[in-house]
Amino acid sequence: MTEATVYEENSDSRQGGRLALLSEFWAYFSENRGAVIGLIFFVCIVIVAIFAGYLAPHNPNEQFREAFLQPPFWQDGGEIRFPLGTDAVGRDVLSRLIHGSRYSLFIGCIVVSVSLVVGVMLGLCAGFFRGKVESVIMRVMDVVLAFPSLLLALVLVAILGPSLINAMIAIAIVQQPHYVRLTRAAVIGETARDYVTAAKVIGVRRLRLMFVTILPNCMAPLIVQAALSFSSAILDAAALGFLGMGAQPPTPEWGTMLAEAREFILRAWWVVTLPGVAILTTVLAINLMGDGLRDALDPKLKRS
Amino acid sequence: MGVLVPTFFGVTLVAFVFIRMLPGDPVLLMAGERGMSEERHAEMMKQFGFDRPIYEQYFSYIGDLVQGDLGTSIITKKPVLEEFMTLFPATVELSLCAIIIAIFIGLPAGMIAATRRGSSFDHTVMAGALTGYSMPIFWWGLLLIILFSGILGWTPVSGRISLLYFFEPVTGFMTIDSLLSGQKGAFSSALSHLILPSIVLGTIPLAVIARQTRSAMLEVLGEDYVRTARAKGLGPGRVIGLHTLRNAMIPVITVIGLQVGVLFAGAILTETIFSWPGIGKWMVDSIFRRDYPSVQGGLLLIAAVVMLVNLVVDLLYGLINPQIRHTD
Repeated sequence: MTEATVYEENSDSRQGGRLALLSEFWAYFSENRGAVIGLIFFVCIVIVAIFAGYLAPHNPNEQFREAFLQPPFWQDGGEIRFPLGTDAVGRDVLSRLIHGSRYSLFIGCIVVSVSLVVGVMLGLCAGFFRGKVESVIMRVMDVVLAFPSLLLALVLVAILGPSLINAMIAIAIVQQPHYVRLTRAAVIGETARDYVTAAKVIGVRRLRLMFVTILPNCMAPLIVQAALSFSSAILDAAALGFLGMGAQPPTPEWGTMLAEAREFILRAWWVVTLPGVAILTTVLAINLMGDGLRDALDPKLKRS
Repeated sequence: MGVLVPTFFGVTLVAFVFIRMLPGDPVLLMAGERGMSEERHAEMMKQFGFDRPIYEQYFSYIGDLVQGDLGTSIITKKPVLEEFMTLFPATVELSLCAIIIAIFIGLPAGMIAATRRGSSFDHTVMAGALTGYSMPIFWWGLLLIILFSGILGWTPVSGRISLLYFFEPVTGFMTIDSLLSGQKGAFSSALSHLILPSIVLGTIPLAVIARQTRSAMLEVLGEDYVRTARAKGLGPGRVIGLHTLRNAMIPVITVIGLQVGVLFAGAILTETIFSWPGIGKWMVDSIFRRDYPSVQGGLLLIAAVVMLVNLVVDLLYGLINPQIRHTD
């Protein structure tokens, strides 16, 4: 068989194979009811975030001077104009929560893409070249992992200056090592396989070997990790915001909202409870999805 | 062990570079908003050695470290190591209590869930664990304060013990010291201060341990030797207690070991919420007060503690699982 026919057959079976894989994946994924609920909820949050401008009843930063700390509408003193009440400076809580979803999803997306891309590159290099390259990369990752993640993120933000962007950079750096380790382990496992040797024998060039032959077969653990780190990025960013080192007021970021609400904790339950509910449900939905992804993608757990 | 030494040097490098990466010059930063004269500035630069080449600075930093000199806090003017040591027991007490709660609830919950797979108990435990795992603990702490301190009035809001009691620290553990002091009510006061923060800090480890125990048990329960043991007619108690548990414990111990880093990260938030005078709150305060020598020293010491605990976990492994001992 010549090289050309090998590739042709490959791409042929790839087309059909991809669809089959996708439907197999969906079959496993949809078996997990929690994962589907998580997915639906997540899609809802995405829609809310995209159409925040239309859905929010008020501007998130507009202050209604006649309505400080007004309770939600079902309580005495609440009115339907502010369905979930107002905060200490008279801003509509619901509108701020709706706009906050944008920040959380934005943080998750940026952090995951940055740490995924950089982490996969480093892990691929470490697993493919081995030797000195590998030891240097892995030692550096060990150093990053020696610090508790939130602490390192805090210190990085102290260096960079507190802001949402810097918080995202810090969290991306802190999450890096997990991707590097996973990619490296997967690459080492795959490189030993016959199809890689075969590809080497036909004379596939190094870069193609790394990115086209090996990498796609290492994706499963990385996708699961991406889901998990999406949720932990949201949590960490909210924690940094809560500590005053993330998004700065008056940004309607959920963690920052909690920090502003802290002093009213015994007087106005809604300003403290609701942003937390928003964080918890979003993170929970993503984690549910992550569990479903793991079960659907992890061949060890597949009971066929 | 071979990995530990270079990693530790890496950690010292990070701690060393930290102060030099701060925007602006370190002496001016230390001076804060007061500012200082030219001569005083030059003098301080010389005093801290910032005028020397960078590699020389690093070597003298390492030299100081070896002698246990981690610098002096700008705010309290006390040695950083001393500050750390006085606050460290508070964090250890809190973390220990948290991990004990996590293990005592998480382990049995995960085991029972695994043996009754698919039951409503299993579903409840798994749902609870995933919720705990997704919990923003700083919010969880606030909720518990609203409920137990605000509405029910059962527990105090902050601190380690009521101001009514005063005694010299012996062990640094408030619960033990209060018992030693023999003062009436001191122990229960210390305990009531400890309980809420411990629950908050223990939530994520609890969730992780429950999930890990369940999946480890499930894996082991499917192994051939467990089937053999059952076929031999051993009772379920003996199968689970003797054959399964021991093997399922290996991944669980890893996870418990990994929680040390999580505990420290969690302690930062928990201590801030409950004004618990430990390392986490001290680090946050130091960052906000721009007490950079304290941040630098704390960073190094915390990383050292985390690495040490991970080493102990690795050694424990060998004790439990001879396979690992031999392959290593």
